[in-house]
Amino acid sequence: MTPDVPTLAVWKFASCDGCQLSLLDCEDELLALAGAVRIAHFTEMTRAHIEGPYDVSLVEGSITTAEDAERILAIRAASHRLITIGACATSGGVQALRNFAAAGEFVGVVYAHPEYVSSLSTSTPISDHVPVDFELNGCPIDRHQLLEVITSSLVGRRPVIPDHTVCQQCKGRGAVCVLVAHGTPCLGPVTRAGCGALCPAVGRGCYGCFGPVGGANTGALAEHLLSQGMAPVDASRLFSTFYSGNEVFGRQSVSLRSRARSEEAR
Amino acid sequence: MTSPDERRRTVSVQGLARVEGEGSLRVEVRDGRVEDVELQIFEPPRFFEAFLRGRRATEAPDLTARICGICPVAYQMSACAAVEDALGISVHRGVADLRRLLYCGEWLQSHSLHVHMLHAPDFLGCQDAVEMAQRHRAAFERGLALKKTGNRIMEAIGGRAIHPVNVKVGGFYRAPSREEVAALAGPLSDALDLALATVAWVAGFDFPDVHGDYRFVALRDAGRYPLESGRVASSDGLDTTPGGFADLVVEEQVARSTALHARLENRLEYLTGPLARYALNSAQLPDVAARAAADAGLGPTCTNPFQSIIVRAVEIVFACQEALMLVERYEPPDPPSAPVPSGGGEGTGATEAPRGLLFHRYRIDQEGLITAAQIVPPTSQNQITIESDIRRTVQASLDLSDDELTWRSEQAVRNHDPCISCATHFLDLTVIRR
Repeated sequence: MTPDVPTLAVWKFASCDGCQLSLLDCEDELLALAGAVRIAHFTEMTRAHIEGPYDVSLVEGSITTAEDAERILAIRAASHRLITIGACATSGGVQALRNFAAAGEFVGVVYAHPEYVSSLSTSTPISDHVPVDFELNGCPIDRHQLLEVITSSLVGRRPVIPDHTVCQQCKGRGAVCVLVAHGTPCLGPVTRAGCGALCPAVGRGCYGCFGPVGGANTGALAEHLLSQGMAPVDASRLFSTFYSGNEVFGRQSVSLRSRARSEEAR
Repeated sequence: MTSPDERRRTVSVQGLARVEGEGSLRVEVRDGRVEDVELQIFEPPRFFEAFLRGRRATEAPDLTARICGICPVAYQMSACAAVEDALGISVHRGVADLRRLLYCGEWLQSHSLHVHMLHAPDFLGCQDAVEMAQRHRAAFERGLALKKTGNRIMEAIGGRAIHPVNVKVGGFYRAPSREEVAALAGPLSDALDLALATVAWVAGFDFPDVHGDYRFVALRDAGRYPLESGRVASSDGLDTTPGGFADLVVEEQVARSTALHARLENRLEYLTGPLARYALNSAQLPDVAARAAADAGLGPTCTNPFQSIIVRAVEIVFACQEALMLVERYEPPDPPSAPVPSGGGEGTGATEAPRGLLFHRYRIDQEGLITAAQIVPPTSQNQITIESDIRRTVQASLDLSDDELTWRSEQAVRNHDPCISCATHFLDLTVIRR
């Protein structure tokens, strides 16, 4: 290998490992990729570790401990380009549901010895801590989009990742609209494309696992869901799964929850 | 790294590689005796069991899938089984078969990844699979091809390979067509041949002569190798329902780990996973898989943890053979799911994740909301046994150089394919002590 082969590092924070696995799931491209870069750090795959600086760092997972908040600073300092992969790294992930719990609510019921564990009361995206060069969304990310992001980074152009809705992909594959035809609650109108509209294709509503599309009108969708008879508390849950840490989905969920509370009070 | 002192050696690995999640390892040796072993887990907890409270029980499969990106189907299957147990839902055979086929896909994907890319490099003296690919190209490509077929099954049945979307409490959103399922037969036949080659390949590795005195725990399913259902059995005579088993498990929190340690009530450590499944069910393997095991030199049980790679390879053969049988007899289940009745209850579900027994227990109120959740993954159950294995392995390997001893200790961990991400989500939970 020549010394000017670019280095690629993969880092993990609080997460399920699924987005890193997407890299190993590139069965047809893995050896080509391993030939085009030098894998400098990727604990899920190798014992070897090469000290930085790194040309490209992929970061999976959210920040949930004080140590990790320090660790990401060092990784940023050692990385020419830092790209976050997945819902955890870009919005805090499913574990960001803790952000909505009353202080101490989780801790009180969970630990026999809370003193053994240090965990922050929030799960936050990497971009809350350091500048990020590109954010790739999805729970999990799509492996073709991952290859596009890595390839474009290596050649120094912007990745071509669509910023339109799941609805557009759904129409593209000719699936029946589950929201209009069946009244099934669906986040397709406000969710970023990328999965290929998998859920409507099996007859279920989109659950928003690629996060909100730019300019998402979640308020209008929420009103539509309620007008179809969905309870506000269930609509609130729909917006708070894997992207509750995202401002747009998170705020919509909170607003629906307070509506549910006030209806309950009446 | 190991200290140079002759009397005192410390094996220390910061950041265990080729495991899923974040862990480290420390072993203290004094005067030729292993004094202390610590498998440290510093994966940050993610509080699943806490935030599951107040969610709809029907959300459990999608939410808990996110505990592990390597074995999401295991989480979905155990979650469905637990909720269905609580609400008194029984699924018909067509749905059960389709679940089993999906699960075969996950075993194929996860085991192929572990055998070829995470575990085999240890036996070949390679740092990783990329280095291995340079010297053993055919084996590497075989692993990728097997893994790809596993992913293809998960995509055909589940909608996607990581965090499938088609699974729901009661069954599936949509039953794949006959043609979609039939298209899996060709790749699976090829995979079966590749899997047999893998068994022969790993059977030829050099294995350290280390044996564990294990208490094995695994599901046992009438007349077949266990996957998505069955009773819980042990090598010392336990035979109970998943709920009965969950009652016996006691979880402990220790300072060095964000994953709780599980023991059976009478304080005995136990082992789940391929070695346990094989020991308790090797007689149930279908013919081709059984012959592959015999040809590889496996008896009815295997107690050498390093040879778990052979057992995993045999289970890949089993997954291919079983999937082929299910593909051949496939009829789309109609309806694809059983209805979910209103009301509540308490229930337990246990299935065999690639790395071992995974059980979920939920309490559900009359509104259909989860009020208590307990999720016990295989790595939590295996943690104490893995430490015993490290102790045994280091004790038997003290003649090795420091670097070799360190590598051998790491291998003792990787033998069990631990999923630290899984194990750790689990501090999240409301600890139920009985």
